Amino acid sequence: MNLLATLRVAMNALRVNMLRSVLTMLGIIIGVAAVITMLAVGAGAELRIQEQIKSLGSNLMIITAGARTANGVRIGTGATPDLTEDDATAIAREVSEVEAAAPTYRGSAQVVNGNANWATQVFGITPDYFVVRNWTLEEGRMFEPAELAGAGKVALIGQTVARELFGDNDPMDQTIRIKNVPVTIVGVLSRKGQNMTGNDQDDVIMVPLATARNRIIGVEPGKQRQVGMIQLKVFDGESMSEAEDKIRSLMRQRMRTTEGQPDPITLRNMTEMLQAQEESSRVMAMLLAAVASVSLIVGGIGIMNIMLVSVTERTREIGLRLAVGARSRDILTQFLVEAVTLSVLGGLIGIALGVGGSWMIAEIAGWQTQLSTASIILAVSFSAVVGIFFGFYPARKAASLLPIQALRYE
Amino acid sequence: MTSLIAVRGMSKSYTMGSNTVMALDTVSLEIAEGEFVAIMGASGSGKSTFMNLLGCLDTPSAGEYRLAGEKVSDLTTDQLATIRNRRIGFVFQQFNLLPRTSALENVELPLLYSSIPSAKRRALAMARLNEVGLGSRTDHQPSQLSGGQQQRVAIARALANNPSLILADEPTGALDSRTSIEIMALLQKLNAQRMTIVMVTHEPDIAAFASRIVTFRDGKIISDVKNTPADAQSQLSAVTVETS
Repeated sequence: MNLLATLRVAMNALRVNMLRSVLTMLGIIIGVAAVITMLAVGAGAELRIQEQIKSLGSNLMIITAGARTANGVRIGTGATPDLTEDDATAIAREVSEVEAAAPTYRGSAQVVNGNANWATQVFGITPDYFVVRNWTLEEGRMFEPAELAGAGKVALIGQTVARELFGDNDPMDQTIRIKNVPVTIVGVLSRKGQNMTGNDQDDVIMVPLATARNRIIGVEPGKQRQVGMIQLKVFDGESMSEAEDKIRSLMRQRMRTTEGQPDPITLRNMTEMLQAQEESSRVMAMLLAAVASVSLIVGGIGIMNIMLVSVTERTREIGLRLAVGARSRDILTQFLVEAVTLSVLGGLIGIALGVGGSWMIAEIAGWQTQLSTASIILAVSFSAVVGIFFGFYPARKAASLLPIQALRYE
Repeated sequence: MTSLIAVRGMSKSYTMGSNTVMALDTVSLEIAEGEFVAIMGASGSGKSTFMNLLGCLDTPSAGEYRLAGEKVSDLTTDQLATIRNRRIGFVFQQFNLLPRTSALENVELPLLYSSIPSAKRRALAMARLNEVGLGSRTDHQPSQLSGGQQQRVAIARALANNPSLILADEPTGALDSRTSIEIMALLQKLNAQRMTIVMVTHEPDIAAFASRIVTFRDGKIISDVKNTPADAQSQLSAVTVETS
């Protein structure tokens, strides 16, 4: 008997017991749908985390001054030869991988507007800062060259500061006092939200670098060009580690570090954090898929159960088929094909439900979901394997029946 | 006239626990092509065992069985399946039709196992149903047919692959007397077309329609007589005319 005929016989047997077939498939349907939906939710979460981290700057690097040992006492980062804004300019010019280098100088300060006051972070920046951090202005304008060079008394404020100082009023062109220095607000930053350690990134005031250094926070004498750190953005697709190596050697040169001395700077980037986050979301997705797979296996056991019942119930039919010339391998194939048809058909319906389910989760719960062809192929092949695996035992049982015993079975 | 069935010294024994039961004890029998043989005997006489062996559903413990010259007693189970498919048509007491499956598909069943293309399968099955007078009921399922009609479908199925031999195991056992005679008329008609038929029955008036009666007792043949068959068709005409 050829495979097509076997398939027809199997389909016929399933059609004859429609309700039972559908109920048997239900296990596989739910299993496959669950696997696909869970993988889609998992992949969606992973994608979302990636996007979030990218918005924080996955190709971001932070340079601070390195540690130094003075008279046997190891002093923390930031204690060595100072970073200057010239270092930032040099890095941007000489390291081709670097898209922008933003020197920043920061401190905290009390800001006052009329009878409202608020303690916040003050960042002395250059416009490159906005390139590095992927940040934009919600309204207003960027600092002008004259303001940057001449320590202009202008500021950009974050959303939180705007709310605390102005409530519902428009902060534009208002004058506030930072440590008794009056500055004019020329712009409001767009909302950035919390960073990964939970700090409110909107609780900030930005002023030109020179303004921060000379008017608000102040520097030690003789360190007029000092900055606290340099934030860097590497071009998309460029290697972070290569850029890192170049920056290290450039900085050793600039700071005249001799051979054998430790690096004068500390370099940090987001890659590790990104990896950790991706890893955790991947583990989560695998966990969900594993739980869903259990339901697939339960579905497979359901198929085996029903196929065993079916073999017993159809013993006389098997006897008849053997009598009219079926070989035992025809019987084996028939029951195997029935089991596989059940599971694959269930798998296909499961895919439809899984795709619909992940769409619904995206629509109703507002979670991001990401369907992948791989998960669909995985689910279907898994269901076929389940069908073969759990269908084999009952099929073997059917094929090993002796014709006379099967014919006489009551 | 050649022997279609040649059985020599055939035995079948079953082991039940510690004792061995001789179900069939060195039986020899020849059946020629075109014969209509009734096999009689009480239950436990060995007639069913003999039928199973004739039908290649079982293999003998000893002895030799040739079907149309082919020594089937030492074939493999797959080869036996092919013999059953090509050479033997079975008719059972309980009809053994597939439930919820049309008469036509039931008749097609043996053809499914002999790689005949589906169009030809359909045509052959259709022809067989016409032959047994059920050409108008091809789409009916067994539950929509009377007992007699179901047995006719079963006979059509037995004929499907144009076998050399029909083995009928109590074909009238589940039917009333009038329908039984109708079935016997059908078998006689087939026999008239030179189909060899071997039928197991325990009813003497059913055996009377055969041309030879073989009686078993305790695993042995105790009588083997020629019989002038009763004419089923004329018996049918004798009772009140009724269309079947």
